[in-house]
Amino acid sequence: MFEERGILPCPPDGASRIGVYVCHCGSNIAAVVDVRAVARYAAKLPGVVVARDYKYLCSDPGQDLLAQDIREHNLNRIVVASCSPHLHEHTFRHAIAAAGLNPYLLQMINIREQVSWVHEDRRRATEKACDLVRAAVRRVRRHKPLENLRVPIHPDVLVVGGGIAGIHAALTLAGAGKRVYLVERQPSIGGHMAMFDKTFPTLDCAACILTPKMSAVKAHPNITLWTLSEVTRVEGYVGNYRVEVTRWPRYIREDLCAGCLECIEACVYKDAKFPDEFNLGLGKRKPIYLPFPQAVPQVPVIDPSTCIQFKTGRCKKTCVQACGERRAIDLEASEKVERIQVGSIIVATGFQAFDPARMPDYGYGLYPNVYTSLEIERLVNSSGPTAGELLLRDGRRPSSVGIIHCVGSRDRKQNRWCSRVCCMYSLKLAHLIRERTGAEVFNFYIDMRTPGKGFEEFYQQLLEEGVHFIRGRVAEVTDWALDPSEEGKLVLRVEDTLLGTVRRIPVDMVVLAVGLEPHRDAEEVRRMFNISCSKEGFFLERHPKLAPVSTFTDGVFLAGCCQGPKDIPDTVAQAGAAAAEALALIDTGYVEQEPNTAYVVEEHCSGCRTCISMCPYSAISMAAQDGQWHAQVNPVLCKGCGTCVATCPSGSIRQNLFEDEEIFEETEGVMAYV
Amino acid sequence: MPAGRYLYFPGCSLRATGVAYEESLRALFERLQLRLEELADWNCCGATSYMAIDEGAAFLLSARNLSLARQQDERCDLVAPCSACYLVLRKTQDYAVRYPEIRRRLDQSLASASLTPLDSVKVRHPLEVIYNDVGLEEVRSRVVNRWRGGRLACYYGCQVVRPYEEVDRPHNPRRMDELLEAVGVPTVEFALKTKCCGGSLTGTIPEVGLRLNYILLKEAARKGAEAIVTLCPLCQFNLDAYQDQIGRQSGEPLDMPVLYFTQVLGWALGAPPEKLGLERSISGRDLIRRWFSVRSPREAYV
Repeated sequence: MFEERGILPCPPDGASRIGVYVCHCGSNIAAVVDVRAVARYAAKLPGVVVARDYKYLCSDPGQDLLAQDIREHNLNRIVVASCSPHLHEHTFRHAIAAAGLNPYLLQMINIREQVSWVHEDRRRATEKACDLVRAAVRRVRRHKPLENLRVPIHPDVLVVGGGIAGIHAALTLAGAGKRVYLVERQPSIGGHMAMFDKTFPTLDCAACILTPKMSAVKAHPNITLWTLSEVTRVEGYVGNYRVEVTRWPRYIREDLCAGCLECIEACVYKDAKFPDEFNLGLGKRKPIYLPFPQAVPQVPVIDPSTCIQFKTGRCKKTCVQACGERRAIDLEASEKVERIQVGSIIVATGFQAFDPARMPDYGYGLYPNVYTSLEIERLVNSSGPTAGELLLRDGRRPSSVGIIHCVGSRDRKQNRWCSRVCCMYSLKLAHLIRERTGAEVFNFYIDMRTPGKGFEEFYQQLLEEGVHFIRGRVAEVTDWALDPSEEGKLVLRVEDTLLGTVRRIPVDMVVLAVGLEPHRDAEEVRRMFNISCSKEGFFLERHPKLAPVSTFTDGVFLAGCCQGPKDIPDTVAQAGAAAAEALALIDTGYVEQEPNTAYVVEEHCSGCRTCISMCPYSAISMAAQDGQWHAQVNPVLCKGCGTCVATCPSGSIRQNLFEDEEIFEETEGVMAYV
Repeated sequence: MPAGRYLYFPGCSLRATGVAYEESLRALFERLQLRLEELADWNCCGATSYMAIDEGAAFLLSARNLSLARQQDERCDLVAPCSACYLVLRKTQDYAVRYPEIRRRLDQSLASASLTPLDSVKVRHPLEVIYNDVGLEEVRSRVVNRWRGGRLACYYGCQVVRPYEEVDRPHNPRRMDELLEAVGVPTVEFALKTKCCGGSLTGTIPEVGLRLNYILLKEAARKGAEAIVTLCPLCQFNLDAYQDQIGRQSGEPLDMPVLYFTQVLGWALGAPPEKLGLERSISGRDLIRRWFSVRSPREAYV
């Protein structure tokens, strides 16, 4: 049947000159599989000219061995039995290409993850490895030389999220002369870092180190900053992404506003009345407001849900009068869609803080003096609602404060992971609280995790400052007073696991060190950028060690806490790495795509169009030849998923690297029909 | 399930110290037009000492009740008002699902008594029946008597909220609070609402058991509650019956009514006070008389 279609003749015996290489992978494979026996077995298979085992085939000498054999024995097909092709297919293709052989005349089989790591019985594992080698030898005879596809890279970059990660990535790229679009959902960039007072362990002021970078973003000619904006559509592929950004109205025109803020002063609301989002509701704002003093852009925003004009249409519009001739206020503004083209994307969408109302035992929302750590950041911040004074809700100054670690972290019922930053920021807050109020501070911890530069030293410093550390997970926060000394206090009930006793610690203020978790819409973001999530919902890097900022989608990179909890230094380092990866991509100028694409055997295609509706990437269209319609696949768009190949009713779509003959040979080979 | 019809498992308590619970439960269900059909030939639920000494025997006792319920009317849920009964029945079902070996042994024993093997009977607690099957709105619309009494502390005890979360959530349960508020009864935030009532410690190690009750009563009063409302006969008994002794021990005289939620709800929905077992209370009788207009309290059952 296949001969009839005239495709892929099997080279006659003798024409195939196959080299088989079995890797020990140190002891990873050799400990379970008798690699020598596998090589001896392979040597006897038809078409095999050379068969060897080698300690580390991926090493330089290992690769040289391949090249040398290709030249000396005139090999024209290579089989490598080693680890997963995910890891080293690239390496070996490269090696044989360097020796002058077409890189696709290689077949790699995985005898590590699929054999040695999952089996214990040496004899049977060795047999399985032999079966796989036999299948690969049969398959590789059918391989045909293929050429990589080259796709040019658009040099512009989209950065999603304007926290410290997005800011740092954008500035790095812009500094290298690339055009950057920075998209932020909030009215100002700055993210969580803009809310912090000091940063651990050096206690430098977060605003002092962040705001110059924020201003630099605004001032940089290469950066287009869109705040109050969201990416609403992403299409295309590496080097050629078409992106749609929806910009929600600010009602104040950034190009006309001078940032004088007189409109806010002039608002018909004389006093700030509405809970202020930036201060987590601890302060108040007007319907027209600047999120925080150092906001970038330095342009107010109108919240239509609280503005009288939007609610009733009958406001005196004193803000518009105050703006006067500038006419920066545009109450008629509506959302706007921007369409851009970029070559790569950096996703830096950050995290959300765990909501402790999910753990009613800690009384958040029930007792007014239970706060989250983020709220305390605002309270101790001099630009915060209390101008930096740490006060309870009734205006008193706390004389004792309990900080509960791991709220929502390391907890089977909530989030299982360690949020990595809470121990350190709890130490920082303990220091600040003591410094500002002189209060007794108790830290309730499970384990102190201080693995960072200067972190352990900071912990020691806190111990010397007289902050109390109680090892134990707090059972509950209650206002139930057992004796008069507890009256009017919040009582933390905890098993002190060092003393081996249950304690009751009465305090004025409780701080919940809430963990970090994925944004509630992380799933939608993930889908939009076609990237993966780990099971907890953080975006998944391509490799946890060796490709920590890449994703499984080429040209999409990760930075910051959207990939997992991390502190500011790590976030900035990762953002720099993501920018460097994007730069490397841009400066290469093109990407090479593996030619695993589908193609149509035109003379067999009846033009039924079934494949067109099935293709998830819209890569198939119709073309006419001699008045005859047939399907054609655009190899640049084709991802090699194989859906059309399986769908075609007449079997006239085929796929490179997955030809029927290749798969049949492999299947028959593994079933021992030698 | 036939609407408004339930099989009813009273358990020993509702026939002894908790008679008021049974009386008020029946009166309340009648007002809500719900029918309770007593499980025929029921036996001990398996709680009490059984569970501590021989889990297998406890499961088997429960399994017999569950099997009987299935035979009596497979379309009906089984209502168990006592927290201990509720928990052991649920636990038996749960363990039979989790551990096939337990299930096999139970089925074997049931078969030897010509009983059908364990099957899924839904075990319900009346609090959750009223909350889910009747609903807050319906309860609110049926209010007859306006509450003239003080604020109440809703006390859930330990067994109905954990480990199973069908009756209410384990941390800060609120369904009893919501039902009482729906009929116009003000409640207080009671942080100890799921803390221990002492269980049988009031009998075995009184200094521990009584202290636990003292803490509950005192905290309820501190929060401004004039009475405690319970949903468990053992909690009610512990809190109600020892107030004299606790008062003597602590030097702080106590006289706080400890009611069943069925009594308060039943009264608000218009059940006749004399059918609610109110006169069976030991503590806070003056307040009870005043609040519920019980005209001629019988002096029995002291």
